[in-house]
Amino acid sequence: MSVRSDDDWTRESERLLELVDRIADEVVAVHAERVDRDACFPEESFQALRGAGLLGVMVPSELGGPGCELRVVAEMCSTLARRCASTAMNFAMHQSQVASIVDHRGCVPELDDYLRDLVHEQRLIASVTSEVGVGGDLRRSLAPVELDGDRITFEKAGTTGSYCQHADDFLVSLRRAPDAAESDQVLVLARRGEFDLKGVGDWDTLGMRGTCSPPVTISGAGASWQVLPAPFRVIATRTMVPTSHLLWAAVWYGIASDAFDRARRFVQVSMRKDADAGCSAPTRLAHLADRLGGMRARIEMSLGTYERIEASENAESAVGMAEALELNELKISASTEALEIVNEAFLVVGIASYRNGGEFSLGRHLRDIQSAPLMISNDRIRLSSAELLQVYKGRGRFAGPS
Amino acid sequence: MRDRKAIEVEVRRVLSARGQIPVDVTSLAATQSLYDAGLTSHATVRVMLALEDCFDVEFPDELLQRSVFDQIASITEAIEKLCMQD
Repeated sequence: MSVRSDDDWTRESERLLELVDRIADEVVAVHAERVDRDACFPEESFQALRGAGLLGVMVPSELGGPGCELRVVAEMCSTLARRCASTAMNFAMHQSQVASIVDHRGCVPELDDYLRDLVHEQRLIASVTSEVGVGGDLRRSLAPVELDGDRITFEKAGTTGSYCQHADDFLVSLRRAPDAAESDQVLVLARRGEFDLKGVGDWDTLGMRGTCSPPVTISGAGASWQVLPAPFRVIATRTMVPTSHLLWAAVWYGIASDAFDRARRFVQVSMRKDADAGCSAPTRLAHLADRLGGMRARIEMSLGTYERIEASENAESAVGMAEALELNELKISASTEALEIVNEAFLVVGIASYRNGGEFSLGRHLRDIQSAPLMISNDRIRLSSAELLQVYKGRGRFAGPS
Repeated sequence: MRDRKAIEVEVRRVLSARGQIPVDVTSLAATQSLYDAGLTSHATVRVMLALEDCFDVEFPDELLQRSVFDQIASITEAIEKLCMQD
């Protein structure tokens, strides 16, 4: 492993963030309206992200990637979301899949090789973790993986398969074996050429139209090393759920902060025209700034918690009840707060925000952010927190682990 | 004070009553993974509550870990420790 100083890392992260900034303005923003109108995958944006090597940013340096920290990736997600929430959400979901392989590849040389290939070929990973018949429960699977000698096969009907028709590879959660319990799950890597997509349904939605997430049935085959060595419950608890909640929250923050920027620009333009136009807009804008700051602080806090989990020796047991509760709360609060910020921005801007098109339009923001409380339903998450609170006895310390 | 064997018997009883595990709990080895056997996180909380009631103990947060509740042996050990503190 190469030895690099913290300064080098920071400089590399800054360089990558500037790259994302430029791509967001020059490519992502240009295609956002069409992607939304036609509900098509943001092909041009992903070409640009691939061209800049950004699909492999979470791969560690010993495997040829820059090994970006999650907070850098979160910043990228937020920057992209300010221009096109669908592009940002696809990017966020892909990075969670990459992180899951990076953290749980064990000592499987083929998985190391796969990550090297991912960096070189800028492969896009989608996932099928939802399933028809389990009622949205990530931690149960009906479809099993079948092992025959060194070969595996599977077939799974997912309720949503984000960008499934545009991905190179998939991570699919499955029951460990046909006779295993529904909660005994594994995560399987399926590569292009090894899987078939069938029964791809419709994706004509209110918002997040460019995520192209229809119902889909995936069947596949491969070698046994493609079953990740860690149980899915460990991968989900330790990596997939925390990184998803954090990166999604960053996407929602990006949507809310762009709504805020539009509202601010509107107020500034209006005040220049008539500084005495006594109205509530500037006061509301101040309220919005406050709410946005609260949202940012909460994401920042949970990024810190995630980094503490990562740094601990036994990362699995480091995700205790306090951490699980905090990540649940992050998802619920970020999704509802972003939605309310966008709503309040409408009251600042007025009719110009209600128009489709124009520099003050907030229609797409509103439609996109409506998905936030539904992506893993807030009610389901609250129910899980309610259960944890029946036994949790944390003292709620202000500093340090609670 | 109860000995380990007696605690394990009670743990198994609580698990079969509240654990919603799709297999016979008496057939499970003490070091077998309960999660692999079908114990869900939803049912884990019910088991925790029932164990606290049954042994009149409170699990402190450092014991409310997935790793503790993954095995009959580790649950038994945790309860034995808590009972000794009383």
